[in-house]
Order: sequence, then C-alpha cells, then structure tokens
Amino acid sequence: MSEQETHFRSTRDLPSLHLLGTGTPMCAGCGGLEALHQIYDQLGERSLIVNAAGCMTLLSVYPYTPFRGSWLYTAMASAPAGAQGARDALDILLAQGRLPPEEDLKVVVLTGDGAAYGMGLSATSGAIERGLDFLYIVYDNEGYANTGQQYSGATPHAALTATSRLGTGFRGEKKDLFAIWVAHRPAYAATLVGAEPLDLARKVEQALTVRGPKLLLALAPCPTGWDFDPQRTVEIGRLAVQTGVWPLKEYRDGRVVHTKVPRERRPVEEYLRAQGRFRHLFEPERRDTLIAAWQARVDAYWASVEH
Amino acid sequence: MSRVLLTGNAAAAWGARLARADYIPAFPITPQTEIIEALAGWIDAGEMAARLVTLESEHSMITAAGAAAATGVRVFSATSSQGLLYGMEMLYTVAGWRVPWVLVNVSRGLSAPITLEPDHNDVLAARDSGFLQIHCAGCQEVLDSVILAYRLAEDTRVRLPVIVNLDGFYLSFTREPVSIPEPAEVDAFLPPFDPQRLAFRASAPLSQAVAVLGGGPYSYFRYQVQLAMQNAETVYEEVSADFAERFGRSHPAVEAYRCEDAEVVLVMMGSFATKARAAVDRLREAGRPVGLLRPRLLRPFPAEACRRHLLGRRALAVIDQNLSSGQGGVLATELAAALYGRAGAPLLASFIGGLGGREIPPEEFFEILRVTESAAARGEAPPPRLLFTETELRELRKLQTLAGVELGARP
Repeated sequence: MSEQETHFRSTRDLPSLHLLGTGTPMCAGCGGLEALHQIYDQLGERSLIVNAAGCMTLLSVYPYTPFRGSWLYTAMASAPAGAQGARDALDILLAQGRLPPEEDLKVVVLTGDGAAYGMGLSATSGAIERGLDFLYIVYDNEGYANTGQQYSGATPHAALTATSRLGTGFRGEKKDLFAIWVAHRPAYAATLVGAEPLDLARKVEQALTVRGPKLLLALAPCPTGWDFDPQRTVEIGRLAVQTGVWPLKEYRDGRVVHTKVPRERRPVEEYLRAQGRFRHLFEPERRDTLIAAWQARVDAYWASVEH
Repeated sequence: MSRVLLTGNAAAAWGARLARADYIPAFPITPQTEIIEALAGWIDAGEMAARLVTLESEHSMITAAGAAAATGVRVFSATSSQGLLYGMEMLYTVAGWRVPWVLVNVSRGLSAPITLEPDHNDVLAARDSGFLQIHCAGCQEVLDSVILAYRLAEDTRVRLPVIVNLDGFYLSFTREPVSIPEPAEVDAFLPPFDPQRLAFRASAPLSQAVAVLGGGPYSYFRYQVQLAMQNAETVYEEVSADFAERFGRSHPAVEAYRCEDAEVVLVMMGSFATKARAAVDRLREAGRPVGLLRPRLLRPFPAEACRRHLLGRRALAVIDQNLSSGQGGVLATELAAALYGRAGAPLLASFIGGLGGREIPPEEFFEILRVTESAAARGEAPPPRLLFTETELRELRKLQTLAGVELGARP
C-alpha cells in the first residue's frame, strides 16, 4: 500500500482509543490477543464476531465479554457458515426495509489455526466461493493451543508439541493457508503480526474498505505453547519477520505484494533459539541438519518471490 | 384455496412458501432435494420473495440457518438421513441458541448399509437435540405442519426450532390431493416473525451462545430448554386449535383412530401408520376390538395425551420404524416411560418393522395382534420382536449365495 492510500503513515496515527476490554482469560503475553486488540480498534463495535472453537472462545464467558459489539459462538467447523447466515439475514432485512442502514453490522469470523487450517477449511472455501462479504481473522499459534498445543495443520516442521514430544518433533510442514485463500481469488488477503502495528493497521484499513471475503492471518506467538517468557511476545513476533520466517504480504487486485521485506534477513536460528519448542535443535547437542534445513526453506521462499 | 395433487416434498415446499420464509440455506440429498428445487424455482421465477443459498454441507447449512434466525429472519431448510447426522452437532447448538426456525426432514434409513428408503433412525437421532418434532403421515399434514410449526417455534413461550418429518418415497414422492390455503389466510394465522430484542443490531450489541463455566449456569440454560418444551405442549394445543378453526383441518398432538372401545391399541408414527389404519379396519371387520394411536408430536412427548388414550386398555402393540440397537424400539420405550407406574397401564409388546422401507403387509398386523394378545393372556411383556418373514430370509439367502459366488470368482 502506498503512503498516499493510508491514514497510517507513522505509529502516531494508530488508534489511541482502545475498544477491547481487559481482564480476559487469555494467557499472559498472548500474541493472538495482541493482534486482536489492534484489529478491533479499527473494526469497531458495529460488528458481529462469529467465533469458531478455540482459545478465544473463552473471551466471552457468561456473563462477561470484552467486546463492545456483538458475538456469536458457533462450533469448530462452521463459523464461516454462521457468518453467511448472519450476513444474508442482515442483507434480507436491509432489502426489505426492516433494518435501517445504520443498524447494519460488519460480519467477522474469529478463528484459531486449528479450525482455519483443518476442520473449518471446507466452510471457509464455501464462503469465499460464494463471495461472502466478511472478514476472516485467524490467530495462528501453530497448534491446537486451547487443548494444550497438540500439532495442527499450522505447526511448523520440527516443533515440539504435546503430540510430537520426542525426536525431530513435528515431522510435517506448515500448510500455506494464505496461498489456499489466494487460490480462491478473494477480495483481500494479508498476513500480519501484532508486533508490527503499522503494517497491521494498514492491512486492516485496506480489508475494511473492500467488499467480499477478506483474510487477516495473524501469526500469534504463544508463550504457553511455544515455550517462551510472556514478556518476549513482541520480540518473537519481530524475529519472525526479521528472519523471514513469517513473510508480511497482502493479496489485492490479483497480485501478492510483500509489505515489509527485511533488507538483510537475520539467521533463522535466532528465531528458533528463542523458543522452547525448538530447544531440541540446540540441546543437548546442536542438530545442524535440521537447523540448516529450516534456513534453506526460508531462503528458498524468498528466492522464489519477486520483490 | 385450491386442491391439487402434490407430493410430500412439494407440500413441504408449499408450507415454506406460504409461511413466507425469508431465508433458505440448502444442501441437496435424496429424497429431500425436490423441496429445495421447488423453492429455488419459485424464487428464480419471482413467485417467492426469499433468498436460497446452497452451503457446502448440512453442518454449515444448519449453522447458517441458526445464525440467520438469530439475526431475525424467518428460516426454512430441509434435509434427510446422512445429512441430518452430518449436521447433528449444530442441531444441538442452534437449539441452545433458542432460535425458532423449521427444518423438514425426509426420513431415510442410515448407513451402513447405505440405502435410500425410509425409516426413523435419522430423525430419532435428533430426539434429544432440543428441536421439537412433528411426524406426518400424509401430504396435507406436511403442508399444514410446516405452517403450524412456525407459529409454535416463534411463540415467546417456546422459541425453539422444529423438525417436521415425512417419510422418504412413501410421502416424499407420493402424490395426494392437497388443499393449498390462500396466502391471506395463512398470513392471518401466522404473523411476521418478531425476534423482539433477540437479534443482532448495531445499536444493541448482543453476545449469543457464549461459554459458561461450571455446571450451575450450564444446567440452568439446559433446563430452560426443557421448560420451553413443556410450554410447547400447551402452545401446541392452542395453535392446532386455532389452525383447525381457521382451516377446518385438525392436527392433534396424538391422533386416535377407532380407539374408543379398543382392547388392543396399535401405536405407530409416520406414513406407515396408514398401513396400520387399514389393518385396524380389517381387524374390526373380523370382529377384533382394535384401535390405532399415532403420536404426531414426538418432542415434546405428549405423555398425558397418550395416557388419556391408553390407560385401561388390555395391551399395546408398538410398531417402531426404528431400532435402537441393544435396546429395541424408541417409541416403545417412550410409551413405557409414560405409562409405567400408572394404574391401568396396559401390557406393552414391541415390534420393529419398516426399516429401510421394509413392507409391513396386512397379515403381519394380524400376527402382531396374535402375539400381543397371547402376551397379554400370559401377563408377560415379550422382548422386542424383529419383523422378518421366511420368504424374505429365503430371498436374502439367494443374494448371499450370489455374493459368495462373486467372492469365489475372484482371482
């Protein structure tokens, strides 16, 4: 996004009014909540959050909610279908003149990676293919974190999880959800991370200006699941960007553009070392093959993209 | 009012059209598909002002239906069998949301083995979901029940979704003469859906279906569904009485046929009950004092109405078109629970028939009566009896022989 197109030229332009309530049951240092706080400041209270089962289902526990707007918890697999029903109903009421335009709501799905990369894919694909006007927020903590960080379709190679505790760790590769969305030719798709607020704000701003299916895929550093001190959430998020592990990019007008390209990528090792889930790559002895493979994967990605 | 030949599926679609459903999330499955095709055709032709959206599964379809009802529009949908089970998680969920809408289920036996023909194991799997259930035996009843169901569901004393059930093939594809009421008459009976304050609006933020911690709040909200179900018994009486007055057709919670002086009462649900009805006539001609009781309402279970008809009889023959494996017939256990410990409770003999559309020929009703009367004479309820004839077994043995030949022919 060019500077002319955005209201967010520097961090001084970021919203100063914070809309999401505090005191939620999320873990200390939750990178998902960090991103959601910022997104919600821009989204605002004229919104309906349709939630899929995950950590953030516990944001609204009867009778409390941190949201100033509306909320509907659905199930794990079908939050996009809930968004479909709500959006369609609002459109019907608007068309019939039974709902004044000022009573309309932005319909938003809030989901973790467990649902977004797996069980919820079919419902998500259907909603995109139908051109549903909705925002789809993923907090990607790279595992089934709410149940204790078992590996999911979003878990990166070699990570230790509650279901890959020994040896190499998780043997699979992280699925490319951004590419899956882009293959559907949505109205908008972006990756982001709470630790890069300006980049995040510009993407939310862009997503809120277009109609149709819109993805905001937030990497969510997870102190509990990734095993690091909660005070390092921002640092880990920045490292993910600076090492090139989490490319910040957006898809609009049929093109993928990288929005923040690290000039000189720091070694991936710095990102891995900072997290207990990768400690077995360094202790009790260094596993050069696995570390090199990680670096090679990241290098290959950046070699493959034009910027 | 016009009287035309309609299939059960077309009657269901007419019910939704006359109820002025705003929103129809859909997914095709045999033998229900004709319903959504009819509705899609009317919408495309501008004859019905509704929006139909095909979802990618019944799980999503029921989610979308619930979310739309929670946003304040009138919602209709239809499914069958595997589809109902695929959406089962969301049946319980949206009932817990306390959203009124109507789902037609066209009953079809469940896999495995996969089949197309009807029995009630699909709809009875949803028995405890919090949906009300109305079971139909004829095409007119299907149309009327869909309209009735909206009044019932949207009543503030109830506010729960309703399943209207009809049997695949036997009703879904059978044409019967059906009176289609005038739209104005239906409008007078069924005013537009008013969600009151329970709808998502920008000026009135609402959190729906939030998590609870602990058994206390959880029990409270589940008990609320039970209390609403209890209210629904009374509301059903009111609504069906109003319907009868306006349209001249009576659809009681429990339909009794020639029960007044019956010593033995057959009990069945759905369209196969018409076979029992014909059998009652023949048995009466043969001088046997037999009647038929057909519960239309399964949830809430009309226990009091059943007791009113059944206490003091000699025996009941409950013919279940379902099988709760390891127990027997579902309706038999429901009735046993309603009658147990009551003075004058009749002996109850349980039969399983009509699975996967298996025919129940007239002579089987004679045999059912013989078995029931002899059990009553002994004073001992027999175990559930699985209806199957020697001829059927012989035919199956032939198939097994063929299957064996095929197996043996493999290289």
